[in-house]
Amino acid sequence: MNAPAEKKLFRLVGTRPIRPDGIEKVTGKAIYGPDFVAPNMLQGAILRSPHPHARIRGIDTSKAEVLPGVKAIVTGADFPELDSAMVAGGEAPANIKYMARKCMATDKVVFDGHPVAAVAATSATIAEAAIQLIEVDYEVLPHVIDIEDALRPDAPILHDDLFTQGLPELPTTPSNAAMRVEVRRGDAARALSEAAAVFSGRFTLRPVHQGYIEPHACVASWHADGQAQIWCSTQGHFTVRALTAGILGMEIADIRVVPLEIGGGFGGKTTVYLEPVAVLLSRKAGRPVRLAMKRDDVFRATGPAPGAVIDIRLGAGADGTISGAEVEFKYTGGGFPGAHEVYAGLHCTMSYYNVPDAHIVGWNVLSNIPTVHAYRAPGAPQVNFAVESAMDELARRLGIDPIDIRLRNIARPGDTGGMGMPHGAIGYAETLEAAKAHPHYSAPLGPNQARGVACGSWGNYGGPSTAAVSVAEDGSILVTEGNPDIGGSRASMAIMAAETLGIAYEKVRVVVADTSSIGYSMGTGGSRTTFATGKAVIQAAEAVIAILRERAAKQWNVAAGEVQWGGGEAVHGDRRLSLGQIAAASGTTGGPISAQAAIDPHDYLPGFGVHICDTEVDRETGQVSIVRYTALQDVGRAIHADYVEGQIQGGAVQGIGWALNEAYVYNQAGLLDNPGFLDYRMPVASDMPMIDAVMIEVPNPAHPYGVKGVGETPIVPPLAAVANAVSGAIGIRMCDLPITPDRVYGLLLAAE
Amino acid sequence: MSKLLVSTSVNGDPQQFLCDPDTTLLDALREEMGLTGSKEGCGSGDCGACTVMLDGRMVCSCLVLAPEVEGRQVTTIEGVAEGSRLHPIQRKFLEHGALQCGFCTPGFIVAAKALLDRNPDPSESEVRYWLAGNLCRCTGYDKIVRAVLDAAAELRQDRRAVA
Ligand code: FES
Ligand code: FES
Repeated sequence: MNAPAEKKLFRLVGTRPIRPDGIEKVTGKAIYGPDFVAPNMLQGAILRSPHPHARIRGIDTSKAEVLPGVKAIVTGADFPELDSAMVAGGEAPANIKYMARKCMATDKVVFDGHPVAAVAATSATIAEAAIQLIEVDYEVLPHVIDIEDALRPDAPILHDDLFTQGLPELPTTPSNAAMRVEVRRGDAARALSEAAAVFSGRFTLRPVHQGYIEPHACVASWHADGQAQIWCSTQGHFTVRALTAGILGMEIADIRVVPLEIGGGFGGKTTVYLEPVAVLLSRKAGRPVRLAMKRDDVFRATGPAPGAVIDIRLGAGADGTISGAEVEFKYTGGGFPGAHEVYAGLHCTMSYYNVPDAHIVGWNVLSNIPTVHAYRAPGAPQVNFAVESAMDELARRLGIDPIDIRLRNIARPGDTGGMGMPHGAIGYAETLEAAKAHPHYSAPLGPNQARGVACGSWGNYGGPSTAAVSVAEDGSILVTEGNPDIGGSRASMAIMAAETLGIAYEKVRVVVADTSSIGYSMGTGGSRTTFATGKAVIQAAEAVIAILRERAAKQWNVAAGEVQWGGGEAVHGDRRLSLGQIAAASGTTGGPISAQAAIDPHDYLPGFGVHICDTEVDRETGQVSIVRYTALQDVGRAIHADYVEGQIQGGAVQGIGWALNEAYVYNQAGLLDNPGFLDYRMPVASDMPMIDAVMIEVPNPAHPYGVKGVGETPIVPPLAAVANAVSGAIGIRMCDLPITPDRVYGLLLAAE
Repeated sequence: MSKLLVSTSVNGDPQQFLCDPDTTLLDALREEMGLTGSKEGCGSGDCGACTVMLDGRMVCSCLVLAPEVEGRQVTTIEGVAEGSRLHPIQRKFLEHGALQCGFCTPGFIVAAKALLDRNPDPSESEVRYWLAGNLCRCTGYDKIVRAVLDAAAELRQDRRAVA
C-alpha cells in the first residue's frame, strides 16, 4: 500500500474513506441483478441450441403453449425484421441486426448455447419444463472452432452474405474472415533485414471469459401504452436502452432502464443478451418477466475474449534499439461480425515503444463460438503477450537487462506514437525507472525460480457523461450520475465533489440514476468513468459554487464578483456564510440550488504498467506457482487510493489466470466442455501471493485532479510477465497459453 | 409435486416455508424468505457466493436441499451484524476496500467468520486456504486477506480486553 507522494496537494483526493454504498454491500442488503423482484412477476427460461452450427427448419411450440402456467413464448419470428444499421451503444457502435440474432436465433444457430426460444411461466419449474416441450427441427451443419481451421478454403462458412472487409477489393466469395485491418509505417522488411538480432515466433491463446461472479439477469415490464421498464445489472443502462430500442423498433424514451447493483462486468456487461427477450415476453404475457442465466449459460452464450494466433518478427540493433516489427494477429470473432478487438489490437501493438518501421495486420475470424465481447483492455493483452515475449528474447540474445531494453525504446512526452500523434504527459519512463528501483527487481531468487518483466498499456477513454449536483435545504449535497458503480466509483465521485466544494466527504451522497432521471452517459468501461464522469461532477460542482457565491452576494447585498469561495464557505472580507447557511436561506434568495454538466471530453491520456513476476516451476509436475508479484502503474492521480490499488491487483490476477489456467475448451462435437467454475479454473486465494500495487502519479493536466483511468491497463502486462518468468525458469520459450502443468511437463520431457 | 412444509431457524428467528422437495436452501432463502444477501454465482458448489452456516458449519447453500434444514439453525449474511452494529469483519472489509463489485462479499464474510470463530489467529496462508472455496474476480484477494487478518487481530484484542 503506497501513499501518493503529493498527498498534501489535496484534502481528500488520494485518501481512503469508506465507500458510500459499503454498508449495504457487506450486510447483504444491496440489490443486484438476480435479486430484483417485481410484483406479479413471471419467471422466464431460454431454450438454447445443443448444436454449434445448424439451420433451423422449424420450431413447434404447441406442446409448451398448453402446459398450465405458461404465459408467453417467444422465438426469432417475434423479433422485427431488421436491416443492418449501426447503433451507438457499448464501447463501440454495434450492428443491430447481429445484436438481435445474438439474443435470439432466426434461421440459423451459430454456437452451442445460442438462444432459439424463450418462455415465461408462473414458476421457474414450469418455465424449465416448458422449454423442454419445444421441438426444434435442426439441420445440423459442419462446424468450425479454431482460427486456422476457420480460414481454410473448405471451412464451413457461418454467413453466406459475409465478405471480408478491409481488403483492397471486395471479394466475391463469402468468408469467415470478417475483417482485415492494417497499419504500415516506414519499411519494416528492410529494417528487419538490417537488425543485429531478430526474433520471430508464433504465439497462441485460447478464448477466455470475463468471469464475473454475478450471472446476467433482468426483469422487464411492458405497459399497454407501449412503454417498458427494465431492471438489470449492466455496465451501461443507456446502452441497454439504446440496443433494446433498436432491436425491438421502439422509441428510446419509451424504455426506462433502472440499473441494479452490478456483480462484476469487466466489459462483458456492455451489451444485451436477455433484455429484449424479456421485454417481448412481458409484452405477450402482460406481466413483468424475469430472465436470469445460470453459470453454464454465461459460459456458453456470453462473450468470451478472443483467442488468437499471432506471428511476430521483431528486430533490434546491438544496443537494443528496436529497428522494425512485423506483426500479424488473428483474433477469434465468434458467431457474428462486429468484434472491435482487432482495432484495439492494432492501436495497442507497441503503442508505447518508438518503432518507426512497422507493419501490423489484424484479422477478425468468425467461428462457431459465442460472439466475442469486450474483456478489460479488449484486444490488447493478446498481441501484447507476443510483443513483450519478443522483447524478452531480444534482451536475452543481446545481453541487455529487460528493463533497460524497454527504457531504451520507451515513448516519452512529445514522441510520436504509432498513430502519428505526439504523446502528452505520459509516465512510461517513470514507471520503468520505478520498477528498476523497486526492491523486488533485485531480490534474490530461490531454486527453480525465475523473474519475468513485461509492460503494457491501454489508451483509456473519455466520452459523453452527464452529472448533476444539488444542494439540499441543510447544505448537504446530492450527486446524481449515470454510471453504474462497479468498483467504488460512488466513492471517487463523492471525493471529487467534496474536494471541489471544500466540504467534508460525508456531506456528499451519490446516486446512480436510471435512464429517465438523468441525461445520457456512456457506460462504465474503457477506464473512462473517473475521468469523464468525474469531470462532469467537478464541472457541476463548480457551477453550484457560482450559484452559491451569487446567493451569498445577495444576502450581503454586494456584487457576486466580490464574493470568494473557500473551505466550503462564501467569503467577503471577514464575513463568512457556510454552505448550510446559504442553503437555509435559498427560499428567499432565488430558490433551489443545483446544476448539471453534460460533457464529452476527449483529452484523456493512456495508462501504462510494468509488472514484475517471480514464478517457481515444479519440474516433477509442471506446476507453476506465483511466488511474488509487483505491479507498477502510471495512474495519473489516484482519487480513492484503495480502489485504484484494487483495480491494479484485480487486473493483474485476471491476467495471471489467463496466463496459467483459463481457456475455453471445445470438444469434437463443437460443444463447450468446461462451462463451469470447476473446469474453467479461475485463480483462488490460495493460488496467489499479495499483489504489491505501486501507483506512479504523473497527472493528466486536462483533468482537475489529474485522473488518467486505471481499470484496463493492469490486465495487459501479466500474460508476458508470467510467460517470461516461466521461460526463464525452464529455458524454453512459452509461446502458448495457458501455461498448464501438462504443457510445461510435456515441454520439459521433450527437452530431456 | 406437492410442497413440503419446513420449520427451521434462520438468523435466530423461527421460520416456516413451503418448498418443492428438490428446492435448494439457497433458492428457499432467496425466493421464499426474501433473503437475497446469499448469492448464486454457480449453483454447483464452486464459487462460495452462497455460503451460509448450518448448525455452526460452513456450507454452500446451493448444495443443501431446503428440506434438510428442518429443525436446524441457519445463519446467513443478514445475521452477521448485530442489529445496526457491524461485525468487525464487515467493518474491516470496508476499511480495507476489500470489495469492488461486492457480489462475492457476503460469501467471503460468512466464510471468514467461520474461520475466525474456530481459529482466532490464522496465518496468511491459513486464511488463503480457508477462503479458497470463495471466488472473487475483482480484487485479486489481496485486500480481502488483509481485511480478514486485521479483523482477526482486532477480535483477539477484544477478547483480551474482556478476559
Ligand atoms: S452458488 Fe453455491 S457455490 Fe456457487
Ligand atoms: S468484489 Fe467483485 S467478485 Fe469479489
